[in-house]
Amino acid sequence: MAVAGYAANQAGTATVARHEPYVEAPIRAFAIATVFWGVVGFLVGVVIASQLAWPLLNLDLEWTTFGRFRPVHTSAVIFAFGGNALFCTSLYVVQRTCRARLFGGENMGWFLFWGYQFVIVTAALGYVLGVTQGKEYAEPEWYVDLWLTVVWVHYLIAFGGTILRREEPHIYVANWFYLAFIVTVAMLHIGNNLALPITLGHAKSYGAASGVQDAMIQWWYGHNAVGFFLTAGFLGMMYYFIPKQAERPVYSYRLSIVHFWSLIFLYIWAGPHHLHYTALPDWAQTLGMVFSVMLWMPSWGGMINGIMTLSGAWDKLRTNPGLRFSVTAVGFYGMSTFEGPVMSIKAVNALSHYTDWTIGHVHSGAMGWVGFVTFGALYWLFPRLWAKKGLYSEKLVSWHFWIATLGIVLYITAMWVSGILQGLMWRAYDELGFLQYSFIETVAAMHPYYVIRVLGGVLYLSGALIMVYNLWMTVTRGESEEAAALPVASAMPVPAPAE
Amino acid sequence: MRWFNHAIIEKNLILMGVLTLITVSIGGLAQIVPLFTVESTIERVQGIRPYTPLELMGRNIYVREGCYTCHSQMVRPFRDELERYGHYSLAAESMYDHPFQWGSKRTGPDLARVGGRYSDDWHAAHLRSPRAVVPESIMPPYAFLDRPLAYGDIADHLRAQRSVGVPYTDEMIANARADLETQARPDRDAAGFGTRYARARQGVFDGNAGVVTEMDALVAYLQMLGTLVRFSDVTPDQLRQQ
Repeated sequence: MAVAGYAANQAGTATVARHEPYVEAPIRAFAIATVFWGVVGFLVGVVIASQLAWPLLNLDLEWTTFGRFRPVHTSAVIFAFGGNALFCTSLYVVQRTCRARLFGGENMGWFLFWGYQFVIVTAALGYVLGVTQGKEYAEPEWYVDLWLTVVWVHYLIAFGGTILRREEPHIYVANWFYLAFIVTVAMLHIGNNLALPITLGHAKSYGAASGVQDAMIQWWYGHNAVGFFLTAGFLGMMYYFIPKQAERPVYSYRLSIVHFWSLIFLYIWAGPHHLHYTALPDWAQTLGMVFSVMLWMPSWGGMINGIMTLSGAWDKLRTNPGLRFSVTAVGFYGMSTFEGPVMSIKAVNALSHYTDWTIGHVHSGAMGWVGFVTFGALYWLFPRLWAKKGLYSEKLVSWHFWIATLGIVLYITAMWVSGILQGLMWRAYDELGFLQYSFIETVAAMHPYYVIRVLGGVLYLSGALIMVYNLWMTVTRGESEEAAALPVASAMPVPAPAE
Repeated sequence: MRWFNHAIIEKNLILMGVLTLITVSIGGLAQIVPLFTVESTIERVQGIRPYTPLELMGRNIYVREGCYTCHSQMVRPFRDELERYGHYSLAAESMYDHPFQWGSKRTGPDLARVGGRYSDDWHAAHLRSPRAVVPESIMPPYAFLDRPLAYGDIADHLRAQRSVGVPYTDEMIANARADLETQARPDRDAAGFGTRYARARQGVFDGNAGVVTEMDALVAYLQMLGTLVRFSDVTPDQLRQQ
């Protein structure tokens, strides 16, 4: 029934005229920035992976050690690549699904663009120079945090303002997820970054919380940077671009509702699974474990909603390599949202925690889900944003897809093996009852897997470079679309409420 | 469900935003607030004190260099970790840590109880050139830490720490600079320093008397990690949380 409602709506949407054109130039800039920072982030990832395999690559310089580069990598892929992708798609999607011009117009778009790039550059410069709060994924110091807060408030105003201007009665489901992402990230960012600068002239600050409370707040933030930045926001992307590419309505409207509210309610509780068997009180660890396991259900609900949207359109996977990225992304999403709850069980976590298994898990999510759903969206967006008939080469998209997939498989299998191996070696006893391995023996055992990981990263980066070439050629050499196809035609079907 | 129609929420941005904010606030409030209000969250053990000025500067270098990206400071209550590292870590042991540095990855070993395990000379040599000491090590070299420590603003650091809850006294702040130098120069009289910071050790941490270097500060910090609580004096009741 819901499907019928969607289909009926889809049929009747394409013709409403709008008063003003959509804002597009800043969105094009965000799309370019997504690609640029993606390549930077993957490249730094390859560098730090190589440093772990061949420590000479730390180069004996203070600015190029693993310790200073690692936040550059994580921030570049999460906040620069992922963040620009979220700005790009959310501002694109919200205008079309609301049939309204961006609130604040071009100027707002450009402020968000340059404001956010400034956050990225000042944060990264800080890391290399040793300016950091020392909290994972929240490394930027107080002055960057303040500026990001200013940009984020404008983002909320621009996004919400556009929804308020909408000509559609309903707020489309993709926008629920984008909205939850913007609101929750604001809450997390402020909560985790309450800090006092030593003096106003100092780059350094001391956080308001300490020890066990600081740990809980950090992982409340850190896990939900995954939950809301890398999941809710990208689910918004899934809910727009998969139906668009498949030319099918979202599988189930009711499932969207259940998926949305259960996901955002449960995710927030999962943070303590990063602190199993630590000095965090047991009651908090248990809550974190139980909610993490429950989180499996809404995650798979979302996966089913995304994948089943292809019902009746599976053949498009053969002919549309961009869609292949989006759908494989949802597959990786399903895989890592199953692995996550498993790893949050304390008995499993006792083995997996502190090992590369965690790194492999996060990369199946980041490369497989976040990366692939973004590539799928970029391949769809570039021809449309630059008014081209199509991509320069569908074949190169296929090459990108298979090379990147192989890269991910190498990466995560290497990390499974190294993580479980190291975890077992740490707890191994010999026949006389002594610890069997010294710590450094377990480090040496990691070397082959670290080399395989580098190879996986190089493949993933190579795929991205193929994408850069393909998109560059699309923009510069692609055949222009005739003037007739204005963005009006790409308005999104808005779901009708279930009867 | 006739009495409820989700369309009401879907058609009202403000309602949707407020309901979203409420929905995402519940978990965090339930998990974070009790940690501040339940007193037994921090174990009732003796010996925890604020860092000495030199240790604090060393800790800031530890944070600056991102040591937490490869080293944890949180021993878990397992048999193998007890044997490898020592007694499991207590919440009390990091109660003055802004920020906490429990870490999430052990590319290198846990450091929560590394204090006193190796000599100062070992640490300095290992930091300068890890593979000269441990051939299989993949740690970056930190020879550049042999440069003068900038500590002109040390009193500001202590003052800021006090503002976020670390019990530095007026006396500690007034003597911050002198205490920092005293700890790195064993020839100085340590009477006042010793009463302000129990069980703090003086030393030529980097092997070179004279200028106080970043190496001095970092090694002083590493050498006190996990040494403040005397576990022989601790009773099970003191360790009980909530």
